[in-house]
Amino acid sequence: MTSTESRRASRRQVLKGAGALAAAGLVGAPAISRAQTGAIKIGVPTILSGRVAILGQSSVGALKMSFDKLNAEGGINGRKIEMVVRDSKGAPQEAAKVTRDLINNDGCQIIIDAEASSAAFAVQEVIREVGVLCIHTNSETSSLTADPKLYVPTAFRTARQGIHDAIGGGDYAAKVAKAKGLKKWATCSPDYAYGRSNTGEFMEYAKYFDGNITVVEETWPKLFQPDYTEVVTKLLNAKADAMYSALWGGDLVAFIDQANLYALFEKQASFMVNLGDYGVVDQVKQFPQGVYSGGRYNRTVPPTPENEAWYQEYVKTQKSKPTNWSWENAVGAQFLIEALKKTNGDTNGKKLAEAIKGATIKTPFGDRGSITMRAEDNTTINYIIGYGLSLSKEPYISDFKMSPWEPILELEKQWKKKQGYAT
Amino acid sequence: MDLDALLRCVGMTSCVVTQLTSGMIIGMLLFLIASGVTLIFGVLNVINFAHGSLYMIGAYAAWTFYQLTGSYFVSALGAAVAVGVLGVLFERVLMSKVYGSNVLMQLLVCYAVVLISDDLIKIIWGPVPLSMGMPPEFRLPPVRFMGGVIPPFYIFMILAAMAIGLLLWLVIGRTRFGSIVRAAAINGPMVSALGIRVNLYYAAVFGIGSALAGAAGALAAPVRSLTPGMGFSILIESFIVTVIGGMGSIVGAFAASIIIGLTRSFGSIGFPLFVDGVMFLIMALVLIFKPSGLFGRAHR
Repeated sequence: MTSTESRRASRRQVLKGAGALAAAGLVGAPAISRAQTGAIKIGVPTILSGRVAILGQSSVGALKMSFDKLNAEGGINGRKIEMVVRDSKGAPQEAAKVTRDLINNDGCQIIIDAEASSAAFAVQEVIREVGVLCIHTNSETSSLTADPKLYVPTAFRTARQGIHDAIGGGDYAAKVAKAKGLKKWATCSPDYAYGRSNTGEFMEYAKYFDGNITVVEETWPKLFQPDYTEVVTKLLNAKADAMYSALWGGDLVAFIDQANLYALFEKQASFMVNLGDYGVVDQVKQFPQGVYSGGRYNRTVPPTPENEAWYQEYVKTQKSKPTNWSWENAVGAQFLIEALKKTNGDTNGKKLAEAIKGATIKTPFGDRGSITMRAEDNTTINYIIGYGLSLSKEPYISDFKMSPWEPILELEKQWKKKQGYAT
Repeated sequence: MDLDALLRCVGMTSCVVTQLTSGMIIGMLLFLIASGVTLIFGVLNVINFAHGSLYMIGAYAAWTFYQLTGSYFVSALGAAVAVGVLGVLFERVLMSKVYGSNVLMQLLVCYAVVLISDDLIKIIWGPVPLSMGMPPEFRLPPVRFMGGVIPPFYIFMILAAMAIGLLLWLVIGRTRFGSIVRAAAINGPMVSALGIRVNLYYAAVFGIGSALAGAAGALAAPVRSLTPGMGFSILIESFIVTVIGGMGSIVGAFAASIIIGLTRSFGSIGFPLFVDGVMFLIMALVLIFKPSGLFGRAHR
């Protein structure tokens, strides 16, 4: 079951006045301590409106598919899963408020935070106060789980982590750069936590693997910026050999449409970590040639019957193609379901956290058929990382090179030390 | 701040040409929207806070007409006319009821229209962003001029916006219709006493202002993704333009649009993290030293 309530409802709640808000602010145990019987209610704050609504829709689609399947099989000891989905529009304050409402007013015992990084940090702080189980399924900003200061024992991440992609992508980019002589690089990424950290980390490792690379220009358009003209012309004037971009969703579509007018992609090699999403590829009308994309979700990566079956089921049940956020949420749902089975449906945050910590699940999205929730920092490893050449038609990506996890984990350790996250 | 980069750019013809045209593109789109806001304010003395929604509806209407006809020019014209008609209905049914009311009442009515139109867009076209894509006639390599790069569609966009602006200026300044509108702006009851149905002129002005927003939406549709709520951010910038240029002044809106366009264009090179700040700073300076705006007259 799913109940979706977007802007109108949240405004109505605002109008309830200070009393209701104060009540919503009183976080803690009251709703959580409601009987461990009946439906298990899972709150899902996410983005359902605006230019990146595809994030929320494809996240909710994957969650719904997972929980509908479980409910059809009888649920957890007969208890059904009920999702309560709310639109935060990606705004941190709204996400925090919505999360509190979900717990205190709607009686949700668990939070699946399907927010982008713009709001995930705000949700994390709410979880710190209330102590329910939370799985961040979309935020890729490394520090969310890598920084010990932000650590929350009951919060986990099943989204890919920026530093992992940066090391794998940096290695791939350096090899292309060496082969094609791409020395001068420019960047174009959204101006918020994810864009800044992802881009910084990618370029750091591109330079690590190829010492000849230098960054000659950085552009930081705002999240959801409607017009990229001045950004595109700035990139043109930089006359770089290559560009890296962490733009995503509708922002990336708008950027490509506007950059095409200036033939930007013909003048430089481009690496766009988020181009490979079906939702993006399908929206771009003039698909640029020769652009490299990071691994997002693709039915042919890995080319296994399990992955193809999941894709077919998603398309059949959700009437759309899955995205990167879809697999991340499917993994989140699977970790949660396994944990609920272990606790016999007990939704206590600490008990569920114990069940998830260090767990490994079999999944089509793992590089060896499984993904592990690393115990030391509550984040997943062994998912598929890699880069390939983007195509406008099936299979949408060619020459996909999967990055091995051993060097990623080794370099990640060094990175954590350098950041002061580990000793 | 990277003033060295800005100086380097100013010293290179190619960079100056590219950034100048970039500023004009940004500015002309803003001008179309701001001229509608300023026209409506100048004549009706109401601030149309729902103007961004009309821009959004224009973009969606153009997308729909384009799917139906396959002709971008027909779509753009159709969108402008459709939004103009919608604007007349908006004025007759809602805004005319709050003329003379305080600004808060007008704001409330406009805000309701913004929310309703955003939700209607979601219901009719869905919440997923739409992309019109570049019409085939504009899928051409960019024009090179003195080393600078100018996309053909943007040349069309600049010329179209300037032509519309010129037409508007002529209609308001050189025709009988314009004379009546200007007279009604100064003293509506007196014009009415002369046997002229002022309400019709008010509705027409609102319709023209709305059509300008619709035209801006249609011009933006091929290069911007269409999404519910897309009118909000551009509305803020168009208000900055209106305040700098002077409320009610179309010439002021034109000049201020170019100022803001160039600020964004060259600012992205020289002070990329403070472009918005500079825009608001310019507005603040204008409000301090010439509160009526660069080309505005002290309001009645």
